[in-house]
Amino acid sequence: MSLLDKYIVTEHEVLVIGAGGAGLRAAIESSAHGAKTAVICKSLLGKAHTVMAEGGVAAAMGNVDDRDNWEVHFSDTMRGGGYLNNQVMAEHHAREAPARVRELEAWGAVFDRTKDGKILQRNFGGHRYPRLAHVGDRTGLEMIRTLQDHGVHQGLDVYMEMTVVSLLTSGGRVIGAMGYDRERGRMRVWRAGAVVLATGGIGKAYRITSNSWEYTGDGQSLAYHAGAELMDMEFVQFHPTGMVWPPSVRGLLVTEGVRGEGGVLRNSEGRRFMFDEIPELYKNQVAKDEEEGWRYVCGDKNAQRPPELLTRDHVARCINREIKEGRGSPHGGVFLDIGWIKERIPNAQAHIKKKLPSMYHQFMQLAGVDITTEAMEVGPTTHYVMGGVRVCGDTQMSSVPGLFAAGEVAAGLHGANRLGGNSLSDLLVFGQRAGEHAAKFAKSAKSDAIDSQQLEAETKRALEPFERPEGENPYAIQSDLQNSMQELVGIVRTQKEMEQALDVIGKLKVRSARAGISGHREYNPGWHTALDLRNLLTVSEAITRSALERKESRGAQFRDDYPSRSDECSKFNIVTRKGADGSMQLEHRPLSPLRADLAAIVEKMK
Amino acid sequence: MQGGGFKDYSVEVTDGMVVLDCIHKIQAEQAPDLACRWNCKAGKCGSCSAEINGKPALMCMTRMETLPPGEPVMVEPMQTFPIIRDLVTDVSWNYEVKKKIKPFKPRKPDNADGTWTVFQEDVERSQEFRKCIECFLCQDVCHVLRDHHKHDEFIGPRFLVFTAALEMNPLDTENRLADLKDRDGIGYCNITKCCTKVCPEHITITDNAIIPLKERVVDEFYDPLTMLFRVFRARS
Repeated sequence: MSLLDKYIVTEHEVLVIGAGGAGLRAAIESSAHGAKTAVICKSLLGKAHTVMAEGGVAAAMGNVDDRDNWEVHFSDTMRGGGYLNNQVMAEHHAREAPARVRELEAWGAVFDRTKDGKILQRNFGGHRYPRLAHVGDRTGLEMIRTLQDHGVHQGLDVYMEMTVVSLLTSGGRVIGAMGYDRERGRMRVWRAGAVVLATGGIGKAYRITSNSWEYTGDGQSLAYHAGAELMDMEFVQFHPTGMVWPPSVRGLLVTEGVRGEGGVLRNSEGRRFMFDEIPELYKNQVAKDEEEGWRYVCGDKNAQRPPELLTRDHVARCINREIKEGRGSPHGGVFLDIGWIKERIPNAQAHIKKKLPSMYHQFMQLAGVDITTEAMEVGPTTHYVMGGVRVCGDTQMSSVPGLFAAGEVAAGLHGANRLGGNSLSDLLVFGQRAGEHAAKFAKSAKSDAIDSQQLEAETKRALEPFERPEGENPYAIQSDLQNSMQELVGIVRTQKEMEQALDVIGKLKVRSARAGISGHREYNPGWHTALDLRNLLTVSEAITRSALERKESRGAQFRDDYPSRSDECSKFNIVTRKGADGSMQLEHRPLSPLRADLAAIVEKMK
Repeated sequence: MQGGGFKDYSVEVTDGMVVLDCIHKIQAEQAPDLACRWNCKAGKCGSCSAEINGKPALMCMTRMETLPPGEPVMVEPMQTFPIIRDLVTDVSWNYEVKKKIKPFKPRKPDNADGTWTVFQEDVERSQEFRKCIECFLCQDVCHVLRDHHKHDEFIGPRFLVFTAALEMNPLDTENRLADLKDRDGIGYCNITKCCTKVCPEHITITDNAIIPLKERVVDEFYDPLTMLFRVFRARS
């Protein structure tokens, strides 16, 4: 029997899985290199999580402060990442981001402007100079719409609302993917010379998250089960400011742009607690008082940043401390106040609505809070994973030939902690690189036959939940996992709790094998949730094991039992791989020393 | 879908819940296969469009407190598009329409480094239209599409806004006026402003996008002065 009898089979040179910023940028580049390119979206085209990015895209264009250049951006990124970053990626990123942003303008993006008619840039945590090109607080929407509208005229094959269940391999190389369409539940095979993963992150492994239902670690898990190495999975970013009330929107993102525009954090005593603790690495880069902080926000080149604009890991931990020590807000957060700027500037209300329009509407509509006059209640929310598929810094190819990764699903650029705004630039820079190199790889790849046994086995696994209509509710298993990860592998971690988490994950694996669903295959969210469980459990295990293995606190990882940085631990990344027996193997992979010229840059910027 | 109909679910509502929360609760506890689209749950992606008590709206931005207490909440799929299942409709027509609109074509860069010099006041109009999250609620409410099914002759408010964003982009050099008049059917819009009322992004669709485009089309093709001018020149 031929494949065509059971599957809808399509042929492509490059297959891009994921249609957010990285996926679309990769697909555009691959197509520009003459490769027949397909994009698979889990949702409708243009709905990917990139639309949620608010603050801006970091690129050292120097439009607002001409002291900015790629060297400063590079050293900011390395410092923010606790020096665990892949130096090659950090260099490419800092050097290439400006060109990638300007290219968006040529494709129709309409950025906010400076007074002299250039792309406007704003302040953000951890960036020394105003560096984030933006459109109000909806930069991600602008980016995805620009890429989408440009991309559809580049001859891409777009597969909307389809989910990939497994990567297909032959002789250790990736040769395509199999999955299904949500609309009818038909099984599909995409044959391809190269595959680019651009599936985003893992936020749905936690209860409180800014991420949507799509963020179930699909790419990390697909790569892992296809034999690729993951890296830095212990580093999960908790964004300091998510909404905390009402309960139904708990975790929803409140952009760092609020602080970039002058918003301050206060505890229940009205104290600006961020002044209370300044990390060693930043002690020369923080305002000495509120006055200097405000001057920085206003663009005074001689002022240092207010402490609210320190890196996300640090701000999240300070907020966490205030809440735990009983100085929180009524609903278990702290106060974020932007309305106070009326003491400093005329027309503050109109200014806030203009600069932060979606924040204004979000709070007005969902919480009944007018942010121009009242403080917001905010608290940490799971936002981003720095770890992911280990890739080559130049080509974005993983340890499995033919398999590439770009954007959040890839590891390396951000090290132990990502700076705000570096994600949108990451998508563009490494989407472009992955697209180019995937196209080149595909051109020289020979066509291999699909292993029908592998295909049959994966299909069987995908359809199994239907055979257990009385099986356990997949939503309940997902929810139990989210609660455990939230409680046991969150912002503050200990060995004891993480060992407990591993135990829970083991039990949930058993339960997920018994998950069942009712109904039929057409647009059945219960089925989709059941299939997401393997991905969520795989990444949760990788996060927990890696976090246990890193016996120090650095960047996004804070260990209560190892509260400081260790020199020993600064020498390696933790790599995760599926062993021959199917169990998860961990390894310390030594970091190569900084190239002399890059080391000199880092030294100079200290 | 054949033979669809309403089914009653009872959900306990707590502080601040939105309609989408209730749908999720139904999925998790009563009907795991209940189909709906959603992504961001923050009014930014435009996936969870539906009709709530007959009014087109995003489920994620409709708070339960704003609905009449004690009465059942009617949640229906958008009526202008074919139903796939439950609350999910086939919106692919929109993607086909968009593909046909002539893409952005910028003028040559103003500066040697490939950049343009453009001022904030020049981009503001275009930026208003680019706030669109493509929820298609304006398409859903538009009577030309909803009641008269002119999908083959009229591109609908969403794509008039999209065209306006391109036409009013200071860098763009393309001309889409002939397409607007003939293929896109801008004349079908009789400015009832229903689209503006349902827009979750508060884009003033009719006043700022459609009417100026109508005026440009009229100026280009129907200006009586222009016609008169042609008469004078047509000497044989």
